[in-house]
Amino acid sequence: MVPLSAYLVLSGILFSIGVIGFLVRRNTIVLFMSIELMLNAANLAFVAFSRYLNSMDGQIFVFFVMTVAAAEAVVGLAIILAVFRTKETVNADEINLMKW
Amino acid sequence: MLEVILFLLLAAAAVVTALLVILQRNPMVSAIFLILTFFCLAGIYLLLNAPFLAAIQLLVYAGAIMVLFLFVIMLLNLEKEQKTITRHRLQKIFGVFLGLVLLVQIGSVFHSLFLTGEKGFFPPDKVAALGNTEVVARLLFTDFLLPFEITSVLLLVAIIGAIILAKREI
Repeated sequence: MVPLSAYLVLSGILFSIGVIGFLVRRNTIVLFMSIELMLNAANLAFVAFSRYLNSMDGQIFVFFVMTVAAAEAVVGLAIILAVFRTKETVNADEINLMKW
Repeated sequence: MLEVILFLLLAAAAVVTALLVILQRNPMVSAIFLILTFFCLAGIYLLLNAPFLAAIQLLVYAGAIMVLFLFVIMLLNLEKEQKTITRHRLQKIFGVFLGLVLLVQIGSVFHSLFLTGEKGFFPPDKVAALGNTEVVARLLFTDFLLPFEITSVLLLVAIIGAIILAKREI
């Protein structure tokens, strides 16, 4: 049987990869993918705790996290499209004005 | 034993594909590797006795959200974007350093972790007898009814927001 800490360490590694990607990359679409990676790492920790505590609440919570992730991706990508239309770029360093 | 081997395989694949997501220059390739990461996580959910979540992971994440990402990448013409040189070398070094510090912190917390909380009412054999999806559905429509309904409002707001943001003129 795989110990709980193995799942949690995997979750921590995935979360850190997401953080590094978010800090290092400048393409806003890749930044969004890094956020999805972090959300998935959190989901994995939820499911692992839910399994080892004999409770279903963690799985229900993952369901809600997925909904929030879907809503966040939809609105974020719409914002990226709107920004690209005016600025012609998706580079996070060049998007520095709230209003154009 | 089989569980351990499967876990190690899926975990290694998940970490490698996640690393490739942030190392690829082409966002399209990143998106494809992110889909592979989601597949690995779905496999791990199966190992954790959560088949419903594994299916949802594939349908919602790998299916819906990543297709949205791919469409946006294809809509934007990113040809010249890839040629821009990255000027902030110091930023990259600091980013990797801070990420590694975070990893060490998370690892040290999880290393000394043991469960003390009260166990819940759903041991694996009971869930297997009732059916995972049925248990999830029953909880979702009884104990978690209010959050479930609020979720529908959230999705409605997201739909309206996306249309208003993406439309050229309203």
